[in-house]
Amino acid sequence: MSAPIIKIDGISKSFGTFKVLDGLSMQVMPREKLALIGPSGSGKTTILRILMTLERIDSGHIQIDGEQLYHMERNGQLLPADERHLARMRQKIGMVFQLFNLFPHKSVIDNVTLAPILTKGIPRAAAEKRAMELLDMVGMADKAKAMPAQLSGGQKQRVAIARALALQPRIMLFDEVTSALDPELVEEVLNVLWRLCSETDMTMLLVTHEMGFAHDFADRVLFFDRGKIVEEGKPDEIFRNPKQERTQGFLKKIIAAGHRV
Amino acid sequence: MTQWSGYFGLIMQGALVTIELTLMGSVLALIMAFLAGLGRLSRFFAIRALATAYIEFFRGTSIFVQLFWAYFVLPFIGISLTPLQAGVLALGLNVGAYAAEVVRGAIQSIGREQYEACTALNLGRWQGMRHVILPQALLVMLPTFGNNAIELLKATAVVSLISLADLTFQAQVVRSQTGNTLVPFTTILIIYFVLALIISWGVRSLERRMARGLDGVRV
Ligand SMILES: Nc1ncnc2c1ncn2[C@@H]1O[C@H](COP(=O)(O)OP(=O)(O)OP(=O)(O)O)[C@@H](O)[C@H]1O
Ligand SMILES: [Mg+2]
Repeated sequence: MSAPIIKIDGISKSFGTFKVLDGLSMQVMPREKLALIGPSGSGKTTILRILMTLERIDSGHIQIDGEQLYHMERNGQLLPADERHLARMRQKIGMVFQLFNLFPHKSVIDNVTLAPILTKGIPRAAAEKRAMELLDMVGMADKAKAMPAQLSGGQKQRVAIARALALQPRIMLFDEVTSALDPELVEEVLNVLWRLCSETDMTMLLVTHEMGFAHDFADRVLFFDRGKIVEEGKPDEIFRNPKQERTQGFLKKIIAAGHRV
Repeated sequence: MTQWSGYFGLIMQGALVTIELTLMGSVLALIMAFLAGLGRLSRFFAIRALATAYIEFFRGTSIFVQLFWAYFVLPFIGISLTPLQAGVLALGLNVGAYAAEVVRGAIQSIGREQYEACTALNLGRWQGMRHVILPQALLVMLPTFGNNAIELLKATAVVSLISLADLTFQAQVVRSQTGNTLVPFTTILIIYFVLALIISWGVRSLERRMARGLDGVRV
């Protein structure tokens, strides 16, 4: 058994007086594909945002690949992480957002090459070559010169995935990456996720309402409610035989809303 | 007739001075706008305070007084400026203070999701600012910068008070020499207006160039 690549240890997070996460602990193994499901407001996005350092924790510890994320070890003491430490830790993690967050003033290929050129000092030619390979993988090579505003939602999301992959993170976070898409565009994005899942050894955390996809994609499913893991297990266990009442209720609602399980 | 063409020459010389002042003042204003506008968003209190003090001071005092100060008071502390230098300094600092707020507002108008994409891609603060935020914010700033530049053009007339031979100064010269008020002042009215039109037009075409592709129309 190897060591976990993500180790979350009793983290808490409040927004004002509202406690979103209260002493949450969980672990993710290298290469594991994890689906995070749960009702709106249960804290799924917050967890991903904390891992991407877009949100700070109030207490607790997170280890990525054996190293503290929000703390630095100095002479055996744990100090709050500085910007340099965070920047180094971020190299291991990539995130894809619900609303794509592409850079609207940059062409597709420039969106993909910007960060590798700036943060890794990769020469432009090499970065573009790699970007074209990634765009090809997500089926967007023919749109390399297009501007984001000329793309459909599904196309934008595929570019956003290529952009995150260009930094070669070991962990990828996907936050409801198909929720903002028209139904007919969901498939093309899920296909890309599927390829990543089967062709790479990245660790992937996926927040989704696509239960059918979560079932096929995930090694393990975590059901969240009110900032806590209510139930976790293999997809078959969670989706076919949920033990907790809250999980059952949630899945019933989701099916009633027309989602395929 | 030859006399009138001589007077027209004077006014044209004045126009050149006004254009020169406007251009140099705008460059200084632009520099100050970015320094102070970014300064207001700094992480460091001292820089924020300095930027705020500059902006409030130059917006809160009159351009006349600022100009007189630059030209008549600075010599007492050993800094003697030519009328042109004093004019550029006062105009640039004054308009720069207004434009700094435009810079700040435009940067703050860029959505949080763009900053978050920068963080997720591990861009440093300055890298994100330089390559992601500012290029988008610039487009937001441009129309108001155009207004600022026109304000600056109009404000250049104050330098006639420290006897810099700009458009307004030359019009007064012509009036005192010919006794005619209507012709010189109507002429410069038109020239100011045409200059303002040129600024508007220039800014708008720049805006169109920069916006290309952003709205999804064919590039
Ligand atoms: N920046 C913020 N300020 C205040 N409250 C916040 C903020 N971000 C999240 N919250 C609150 O924290 C709770 C958890 O939010 P989070 O976005 O993590 O939920 P979620 O599980 O992703 O829900 P959804 O399925 O709707 O996306 C919600 O009640 C939300 O209103
Ligand atoms: Mg969410």
